[in-house]
Amino acid sequence: MIDLIIALIKVVGIWSFTLGVAAVMTWVERRGAALIQDRPGPNRAGLFGILQPVCDGIKLFTKENIVPEKADKVLFNLGPIMFAIPAFSAFAVIPFGDRIIIGGKEILLQISNIDIGFLYIVALGSLAVYGVIIGGWGSNNKYSILGGLRSTAQLISYEVPWGLALLGVVLVYGTFNLREIALAQQGTFLGILPNWGVFHQPLGFILFMVAAYAEANRVPFDLPEAESEIVSGYHTEYGSMKLGVYLFGEYVNITTLSALTVTFYFGSWHLPYINMASFLGDGTIIYGIASFLIFCLKVSFFLWLFVWVRWTVPRFRYDQVMKLGWKSLIPLALFNLFITTLFIQIKYYIGG
Amino acid sequence: MNNINLDEYIKVNIGPSHPAMHGTLRVIAWTDGETVMHCDPEIGYLHRGVEKLGESFTYHQFIPLTDRMNYCSAINSNVAYEAAVEKLMGVEIPLKAQLIRTIMCELARIADHQVCVGILGVDLGAFTPFFYLIIQREEIYEIFEWYNGARLTNTFGRIGGVENDLPADFDARWKELKPNLFKSIDETDKLLTHNRIWMDRTIGVSAFSPEDALNWGFTGPCLRACGVKRDLRKDEPYYQYANFKFDVPVGKNGDVFDRYMIRMQEMHESIKIIDQAYEMYKQLPPDAPLMAKVPKIIKPPVGEVYSSHETPNGELGFYIKSDGTDKPYRIKVRPPCYMIYQAFPELVQGEMIADLVACLSSLNVIAGELDR
Repeated sequence: MIDLIIALIKVVGIWSFTLGVAAVMTWVERRGAALIQDRPGPNRAGLFGILQPVCDGIKLFTKENIVPEKADKVLFNLGPIMFAIPAFSAFAVIPFGDRIIIGGKEILLQISNIDIGFLYIVALGSLAVYGVIIGGWGSNNKYSILGGLRSTAQLISYEVPWGLALLGVVLVYGTFNLREIALAQQGTFLGILPNWGVFHQPLGFILFMVAAYAEANRVPFDLPEAESEIVSGYHTEYGSMKLGVYLFGEYVNITTLSALTVTFYFGSWHLPYINMASFLGDGTIIYGIASFLIFCLKVSFFLWLFVWVRWTVPRFRYDQVMKLGWKSLIPLALFNLFITTLFIQIKYYIGG
Repeated sequence: MNNINLDEYIKVNIGPSHPAMHGTLRVIAWTDGETVMHCDPEIGYLHRGVEKLGESFTYHQFIPLTDRMNYCSAINSNVAYEAAVEKLMGVEIPLKAQLIRTIMCELARIADHQVCVGILGVDLGAFTPFFYLIIQREEIYEIFEWYNGARLTNTFGRIGGVENDLPADFDARWKELKPNLFKSIDETDKLLTHNRIWMDRTIGVSAFSPEDALNWGFTGPCLRACGVKRDLRKDEPYYQYANFKFDVPVGKNGDVFDRYMIRMQEMHESIKIIDQAYEMYKQLPPDAPLMAKVPKIIKPPVGEVYSSHETPNGELGFYIKSDGTDKPYRIKVRPPCYMIYQAFPELVQGEMIADLVACLSSLNVIAGELDR
């Protein structure tokens, strides 16, 4: 019973936390864009415009829900749902802190500590494509279909280097379990560097980041919703909260990808060179909170990176995206995997 | 082109209301997946009958209509029209008026190129340079506003000269504006020119040979991008352009990248021209005349004239036929966009949808000028 309550608190907590981050991200994105572009941005609602997401939410909720006459009603309504569910579910296996021990009971700061966490993430990443293609197809609009097709091709192509890059990390730490990967990044590597994935897998990290931007449909890979070409791509016909779900799902995706970057490559909740568990005491509440805050800090850096990149570079063309994915990233990812395996084998024979 | 069966392809309608269509252009594209197999530009959505209206307006009344042609650089259109009427009347405008017109025209040229380059960036997904450029364009508009009260539709100049002298603090304003202009152009240059994605997106896209460009009647930056060194300011100099030192940048391939580079360089050249024109202006006495001796009611002698100026988009020509009354018998406008836009299907055939948008932005087709 107590386990159930704890699980429920964690689910509700993380779910609202993700939603909150996504909402704040819409504001950060607009203020960040304004900062980069020498203009004020939304600064009227609340302090520094922080209530802008609330206003946007109210606006989207109260707008008329229009379904195009020629649209496939079922698919049209299914699209946003199919897009949102994988986006929200992916956070379930990401550890967002170490653990708290209360009264001899261990509470992991993670919704579900499953052994196949890595596979779960990859599987959900693949599912997201259905929301896009179903929405694009159901709209019965040529721009939407073009957007849906672009998105499908892009997501499928970039999942391969994305997964292959992550496999490198999995090989290094020898586990599919995200919590164990996070725990293994404690300490130092080669004596001087923090024992983080990015130092074990520098090439893999770059590949992962590039593929992550493509997975999130962000600039320079935002061609599924390229405004100047195909209006809004797959969500051209969507309005009201259905559009809101798509836009929101995108930010949830970004949050998830940033959290994954931190988990796999940047030592999750670990600080470099400082063993916090021995410093603050393993399992204490203060340690749990500290580890959570460090994780958040790292994630927010990568969230900002998404914003930063978006307002700096232009957009790729469809064929260039495909070329980059299949002809550069995938061979590089395979090469990275090969080198990693080689090193691990050598280490195995030497270390005996 | 004629032997392909269009029914095999998806017909995608782009415009007249579409984020990438500047003004109200419409392109019907037949695409094979993403590749544009054939496209059919439709014009006329912004047709207001400017030429026909001109027949019932007096010569001065027509000036505001020229504002509405290329609204990104209205001053150049105003001056081109006034120059045509002056040529018809055989009037030589005073030196001071010539210099003021030159300064204003070059400012408008910078503003036009800023918009064009900025929008090209936006259409290729790079939003930020647009703002860097548009902030400085606002400053140029401040100068316009403070010269005669209008920002966009300036109705600049009068037949026979200009209405106002440059206000006293032009010196201070220009000194403040110039470094900012350089800065904004440099920032754009840094963000875009050597950006790998930008180069991939623009180099080789919708390239055009100089022969084709001349045959289609290209003028302005689009022609110079193909490698033809033709600029009316150099080749058939009007006003004091013969006395100014400036280069005419030329490209090589006539692709989107070259058009972009030409515009970037021309902004620098325009700043040079303004500096020289202003130096010349400062040597004139403060009470030098602004207007030539022209009657209050313009009645050019019977006859016809064709006069053209180098506007930001190319050669803007006015053909005016007078029957001796106070209204023109016929006005025909030769807008640069019209000739350039004709070649649009040729330019984008076989390219992708994204390139179609890039090509259109780089041509800087202005619907107001195109449809008139």
